[in-house]
Amino acid sequence: MIRVRAPFLPALLVVLAVVAALPLAVNNNSLREELFLMFMLITLASSINIIMGYTGYVSFGHIVFFGLGGYFAFYLMQNFNAHFLVAALAGAIPASAIALVIGVPILRLRGAYFALATIGINEAMRTAINNFEPFGGAVGMFFNFSVYDTYGGARNAALLAYGVMVVVALATVTTSYLIRRSKFGLSLMAIREDQDVGIDPARAKVVAYVISSFFPALAGATFFFKNGIIEPGVAFDLLRSIESLVMCVLGGTGTVAGPIVGAALYEWLRGFLITTPALANFQLFLAGLLLLVVVLFVTAGLVGWLRNRYPVLRAYIQ
Amino acid sequence: MSVDALVPSAIDGLMLGFVYGLAAMGLTLIFGVMRVINLSHGPVIALGMFVVYVLFTGAGVNPYLGLIAAAGLGILFGVAIYFVAVDRIINAPELTTLLATYSVNLMIVGVATSVFTTTPRAVDISLGSVGGSGVTILGTHAVAVAIAIAGAALLYAILFRTRIGKSIRAVANNRAAAELMGIDSRRVLALSFGIGTSLAMTSGALLSTLFSFTPLSGATYEVKSFVIVVLGGLGNPTGALVGGIVLGLLEGVSTVFIPVSWVPVLEYVIFIAILLVRPTGLLGARA
Repeated sequence: MIRVRAPFLPALLVVLAVVAALPLAVNNNSLREELFLMFMLITLASSINIIMGYTGYVSFGHIVFFGLGGYFAFYLMQNFNAHFLVAALAGAIPASAIALVIGVPILRLRGAYFALATIGINEAMRTAINNFEPFGGAVGMFFNFSVYDTYGGARNAALLAYGVMVVVALATVTTSYLIRRSKFGLSLMAIREDQDVGIDPARAKVVAYVISSFFPALAGATFFFKNGIIEPGVAFDLLRSIESLVMCVLGGTGTVAGPIVGAALYEWLRGFLITTPALANFQLFLAGLLLLVVVLFVTAGLVGWLRNRYPVLRAYIQ
Repeated sequence: MSVDALVPSAIDGLMLGFVYGLAAMGLTLIFGVMRVINLSHGPVIALGMFVVYVLFTGAGVNPYLGLIAAAGLGILFGVAIYFVAVDRIINAPELTTLLATYSVNLMIVGVATSVFTTTPRAVDISLGSVGGSGVTILGTHAVAVAIAIAGAALLYAILFRTRIGKSIRAVANNRAAAELMGIDSRRVLALSFGIGTSLAMTSGALLSTLFSFTPLSGATYEVKSFVIVVLGGLGNPTGALVGGIVLGLLEGVSTVFIPVSWVPVLEYVIFIAILLVRPTGLLGARA
């Protein structure tokens, strides 16, 4: 145990809050849009880190909770005129309840079998909602613009969504930190290192899975509220799921700061590649190449590499 | 729909099942030998389609000759993927190999979409049809089944009738022990990856004669391959072929009873159910 605790979490939250306030201070809408996406990715990557980084279960189809949270909240807002904040919570809770129901059986599976099962669940959900008429089937659902009147117009609604996304991201990071420092976190990491040790591993895994499903569901509710339209292909996009794994690995799995660094870096890089004409066509190729280099040579990710290279940093960067 | 539609649908599905099965054999071989779930499987299937397409439209090469080229290129390409992306991390946990093969997936899709765009392509070939009394079999389908069976038979001949096949089975069974017997496991792993890739590309080549396709088409067949492989038991080539036929039949027959858009839901539910209830597959585990 580290005796002297650096104020890691407060420092991290302050940095994130300052970054979040930046577009509001300079009144830059395009920067706000970019940061909205970045905080969403931080939420997704940090959540996946709880089940993958700490517990060692590669949840490939984790985006399913993003989609479910989005769909439930959207349905409530559209059909019952529920306020966004109420709908987001009311949407995230059943999404997490579903995580509990599917978590119990599929967390008995190990390694590759678990990863495949999570892909299967995401695809099953996507194709089922494709046929589910109350949710608009393949076409999806879209808001009447008057929905935003409650919040003082579309512009203010977007601002609200931004604020909520930042809060969700900060809550995810805080939860991730608290788990890592807790006895519960230790039992998760014990499961990661050796399946059969740990304190009531079966229960700990399910609890971790449910927690890691809650924040993506909130993020989904917020994203689709702002979007004003939701459809199965976007809500249950396996590529986005894999991207959040990639961000986690890029920054360093099992660390608190890793998914944040990874998400920021990945988004910045993608923006750079898309806007550089010479590289735009090879955007995917370069993303793949970068991923391969990280996977082959920087296995611990950036934060992990720093911690290994300069052990003194371990007290400061979690 | 009526029962009259049942027989032709079943035959259609059955024939497609052989082609699915061929691709799934490639995926399952790689998993069986080295415990790697190859996430570049889909784009590799698409590459097989485009090898045939380029040779056919560019040089007028017969698609079935193009298929042989695709199979050959598949071996080379698979060996290359193995040494570039897999060799270094062959003993790492699942996540690492999943991401490494996924990075290959991104690279192939990136290059293929910038070269070929995502406009649907087709290889225009017709071999007529045979049949009557409500059941018609397209020539291309019949040939595809024959080639898929030949491919599967060839894989069996290699695995069970040659020395290298014996080495592959030995490494799949117990790599450390195989190394103690003087088998160069690295070469065997690379070759297995090559054969697996070749099977996927061959299957893609066959699919190109049946349907239109884009560089992204591989993804659909990749997911089908996952379902099939789990049906037949991860790492079991016979299971993959049987699983392919089962899935093909299921796809064909179920459209008679339920709307087409529900068919994938059914597939995924079966997939999850088998993983949960019988993760070794319907035929049991055998590497």
